[in-house]
Amino acid sequence: MCGIVGLHLRDPDLEPRLGDMLTTMLGEMTDRGSDSAGVAVYGNTDWTPPGSATVTVLADGEDAQVLAARVSARLAAAVSGRELGATVLLSAEVDVDALATAVRTAAPEVVLVGLGTELAVLKGVGLPRELAAGFGLPGVSGWQGVGHTRMATESAVTPAGSHPFSVGPDQCIVHNGSFSNHASVRRAMARRDIHCDTLNDTEVAARFVAEQIALGAGIDEALEEMAGVLDGFYTLLVSTAEEFAVVRDPIACKPAVIAETEQYVAMASEYRAMAHLPGIAGAHLYEPEPGRVYHWHR
Amino acid sequence: MSPDQRVRPAHPHVIDVGETGLRETNRALQASDGTGRFLLTDPRGAHALAVGLASPDEVVIDGPTGYYTAGMNDGAHVTVNGNVGVGVAENMMSGTVRVNGSASQSAGATAHGGLLVISGDAGARCGISMKGVDIVVGGSIGHMSCFMGQAGRLVVLGDAGDALGDSLYEVHIYVRGRVASLGADCVEKDLRPEHHAELAELLDRAGVTDVTTDEFRRYGSARTLYTFDVDNAAAY
Amino acid sequence: MPFDGHSLPGQTTAAQPAATRNAATQAPPGTPDPAVLRESATFPRTVIHEIQRAAATGIYDIRGWGAKRSLPHFDDLLFLGSSMSRYPLEGYRERCGTDVTLGTRYATKPLHLDIPVTIAGMSFGALSAQAKEALGRGASAARTSTTTGDGGMTAEERGQTSRLVYQYLPSRYGMNPVDLRKADAIEVVLGQGAKPGGGGMLLGQKISDRVARMRTLPTGIDQRSACRHPDWTGPDDLAIKILELREITGWEKPVYVKVGATRTYYDVKLAVKAGADVVVVDGMQGGTAATQDVFIEHVGIPTLAAIPQAVQALQEMDMHRKVQLIVSGGIRSGADVAKAMALGADAVAIGTAALIALGDNDPRYEAEYRALGSAAGFYDDFQDGRDPAGISTQDPELASRLDPEAAGRRLANYLHVLTMEAQTIARACGKAHLTHLEPDDLVALTLEAAAMARVPLAGTDWIPGHVGRGL
Repeated sequence: MCGIVGLHLRDPDLEPRLGDMLTTMLGEMTDRGSDSAGVAVYGNTDWTPPGSATVTVLADGEDAQVLAARVSARLAAAVSGRELGATVLLSAEVDVDALATAVRTAAPEVVLVGLGTELAVLKGVGLPRELAAGFGLPGVSGWQGVGHTRMATESAVTPAGSHPFSVGPDQCIVHNGSFSNHASVRRAMARRDIHCDTLNDTEVAARFVAEQIALGAGIDEALEEMAGVLDGFYTLLVSTAEEFAVVRDPIACKPAVIAETEQYVAMASEYRAMAHLPGIAGAHLYEPEPGRVYHWHR
Repeated sequence: MSPDQRVRPAHPHVIDVGETGLRETNRALQASDGTGRFLLTDPRGAHALAVGLASPDEVVIDGPTGYYTAGMNDGAHVTVNGNVGVGVAENMMSGTVRVNGSASQSAGATAHGGLLVISGDAGARCGISMKGVDIVVGGSIGHMSCFMGQAGRLVVLGDAGDALGDSLYEVHIYVRGRVASLGADCVEKDLRPEHHAELAELLDRAGVTDVTTDEFRRYGSARTLYTFDVDNAAAY
Repeated sequence: MPFDGHSLPGQTTAAQPAATRNAATQAPPGTPDPAVLRESATFPRTVIHEIQRAAATGIYDIRGWGAKRSLPHFDDLLFLGSSMSRYPLEGYRERCGTDVTLGTRYATKPLHLDIPVTIAGMSFGALSAQAKEALGRGASAARTSTTTGDGGMTAEERGQTSRLVYQYLPSRYGMNPVDLRKADAIEVVLGQGAKPGGGGMLLGQKISDRVARMRTLPTGIDQRSACRHPDWTGPDDLAIKILELREITGWEKPVYVKVGATRTYYDVKLAVKAGADVVVVDGMQGGTAATQDVFIEHVGIPTLAAIPQAVQALQEMDMHRKVQLIVSGGIRSGADVAKAMALGADAVAIGTAALIALGDNDPRYEAEYRALGSAAGFYDDFQDGRDPAGISTQDPELASRLDPEAAGRRLANYLHVLTMEAQTIARACGKAHLTHLEPDDLVALTLEAAAMARVPLAGTDWIPGHVGRGL
C-alpha cells in the first residue's frame, strides 16, 4: 500500500535534473506511505561509474571502505565503496556476476538490494524527503529513475523491506497493492532454489519476473507470466537498463497515471506527483488500462 | 445548464490553493451563501478540493485536481479546467460539476443527483452505484462502469470498456461508440421516442451540440437478478 | 443443536427442538435408539439436512445472527479479585468510573460517553423503524451512542438519539452530506465480524417502499451490497477518503474505522496509518442481518483472539488509548465488558445482545416462532422479515408490536446492568475506573483461551507461546 513514481527521460538535456525531479515526485507521495522509501537511479556516472559493475547493499552500519576492502580482497580487484544513508554502493571494473558473488562470499551478512552496471538502489526507513536528502538525490543526474513510498501492510518496516526490489541485473520493481497468494508462489520458487531475503510480497514478484527474464522472456512476456501466477491487486512499475514498463491487475483498483511528452515518460500513483514536471501542462495524460503491459524502450 | 441567475460579483474571488492551503480554501467555499464566484488557482492535484459545498456558488478550479474533487456537492456549480483524480463528484446530491479534461476512476460514484460533465475520458467504474445523478462523458469510459448503477442517466460519446452496467438496477445508459462487453444483467434496449427526448435533453444540458441522438444505443437492466433464480446463480 | 455433531439422538428436549428451520423435512416422530442407529460424526443429521437443502434449492443457506459454533470466548477467562496483595474498593460508595471519550486524536468534537458500552451499527431495513428508535432511546437514556447501518439515517433514530454514529459503507445507501453533518461520529466500515470480506444482503421481503426509497432501489427486489468501497481500495486511498470526510465536516467529528477480525494486527496498524480516530474490531461472533451461513461460521477469528492483536498493534505505534479501540462480537454481560476492557479495549459495542434486550427471541412469541419452523431462543431468520417480535422486519403489522419506548427502557436497563456488573468486577480488582483493568487481572481456564488472550493459564505463569513472566 504505497505511492509509486517513475521517470524515463527521452531528452538528454533533462538528465542533470533527474534527481531533482524525482525527489519532488517522491515527496509528493509521502501521504501514501511514510513508513519507508526508496529510489533507483539509472545512469548516474558518479554512483555507477561507466565500465564498472555496481552492487547496492544494506550493510547494517558497517563502514563502506572496510566493506569495500573485504570485497576487494576476495575479488583481487579494486572496489570502491560509497555510503548513502542506510545503503552502500560497491563498484569494481569486473562483470556484475563476479562482483555480486564476491560480495555474497566476502560479506554474507549484508543484504544485496541492487546490482547492475547502470543501477543504484537506495532505500531506508523514514520520511521520503528526508531520505532523499540523505542520499543526495536532488543533485544527481541520470536517464531513468523510479521511487516508492511505503505504507507497510504485512511485512516488516526495515530498509530491506522497502522498495524498489532489484533482484536481477539492472532490474527494478515497485508496487502499489497487495498480492493474495505470494506465500504459495514464494514456496514454489524456493523449490526452484530461488530464495527471498524478506517476507515482502513485492519481492516475490520481483524474483518471479527476474526468473522469467533470465529464462529469456521479454518484459511483456515476463509480466504476463507473472499475472497468470500471482493473484491480487497491483500497480507495478518495472524498469531495466533498456525499458520502463507499467502494468495493473485486471481489476485495477490501485491508481496509476502516465504522462508522456517528447522529453519524458512519467508515471505516478497520483497526478500531484507530476504536477511540477516541465511541460506537464502539454503532456499526454492517461491511466493504464487493466491487465495491459505498457512499455517504453530507451 | 447555466447556473441559476443570482446576482454575483463581476470578478471572482481568487484563492491560490497552494498558498492558502486545503482547509482554508474549503472553509471559504463552504462558508459562502450561494452568491459567490470563486477562482481557485494552483491546485496541483490536491485532494478533497471544493468538497461538501451546500450552496449554489460558482467555483472554477484552474488546473488538475486529485481525489474526490467536489465530493458530496449539494448545489454548487464547479468547473475544473484540467484532469481530475479518483471519485470526482462522488455522492453528489445536486448542482453541476464540469471537468474540462479527463477523470480518473469512480467518477460520480454513488451520486444521487445533479449533473456531471466530463469533456475527456473517464476511467474505470464511472458511475459506480450511481443513485440518480446524470453523467455525460465526452470521451470514453473504462471497465466496470455503472456497476450496480441504481438510478440516473449515463451518456458516453466515446466507447465503453468491459462489463458495462454489471448488476445494473435502473440506470439508463446511452453509448455512442463501441461497448467492449456488457456486464451481467445488462442488455441493449430499443431507443424509443421518449429515450431520444431524454437523451437530447441531457446532451443539451451538457452543452453537447455536434451529435444527434440517432448515433447512440441504449442499454439497461434485464432485471433477471432482481430476485434469486437458481438458473442465474452463476451471475451472482 | 445445529453445530453439535456429537450430540446423541434422543438428547433433544422440548426447549431444544431438533430442527430450527424446515421442520417438515426432519425425521418422523419417535426417538431413535442410539444403541441401534448410529449417527455419523462426519455426517450428522444437521449436515445431511444441509446437503439435502442445497440440492433441492441450489442456493446457500442465508441467515442472520452470528457464529453459532463453540469458540474460545470470554467465558474461558476469570478475574483475580483482590484479597491481601491488592485491596478492593467498596461497592456503591467508592467511585469506579465508567466514562470514555472517543476521538481524541484529531476530532475537535470528540464523543463523550457515560458508559463504555455502545450500540453497534444495524440498518433501518434490516431492522424496523420502531426497533431503530428503541435502540436510540435506550442508548440515549444510558448516555451512550448508537450507530446507523447500511441504509441511511432515519428521522426516528436521529430524533431519539443523543449520540449517533453514522456508518459510511460500500453501498452508500442513503448517504448524504446533510445527515453526515448531523452525525456525532463517522464510522467507515470495511467489514464486520460475521462476514469479513463480504458485502451486505437484504432480501426482497424486507425492501418495503420506504426502505426502497431510502436506498434508491426498486421495491421488493433482493438487494446486494458491494464488498469494497466504490471509490477507494486499500489504506493509502482510505487516508485520502478520511481527509475528504473531515474536510466535509470541518474536522469536528471522530472518524472510526471498523474491521472484521481476521489479520487484526496489520489491519489495526493500517487503520491508524490511514488516520482513524477510533478503531472498531468486530470478532467472528458478531451478528448480521443476513449472510451466507458458510461465511458466518468459517470466516474470521474469535473476538478473544482479536483483542490482544489489536492492542499490540496500537501499543507498538504508541497509540494505545490515543486511538481508541472498540471491541464487539459476543458481548453479553458485564463480565464480558470488563474482560474486553482488561485486555485493552476502550469500549465495547453490542448488537445481538441489544436486540435480545429489545425483545428478540422472546418466549411469549413461542407459538409464532414454531410456526416459522424455529423456536424462541433459536430464531435467526432475520433475512425473512417475518420476525414475530417485530424487530428484524418491515411488515407494518409485525413492526407495530414493538413499543419503542418500552423496548428502549429494556435496553437502557440492560445497559445499566452491564455497567454495574463491570464496575462490580473492577472494584473487586481495586480499580477506580474500568479502563484501569489490565490483562494481569485475568487468567485463563483453557489452553486455547490462554494462547489467544495472552493471559496465563489459571494457577500458572504460563502463557502458551510466551515465556513465563513470573507470578
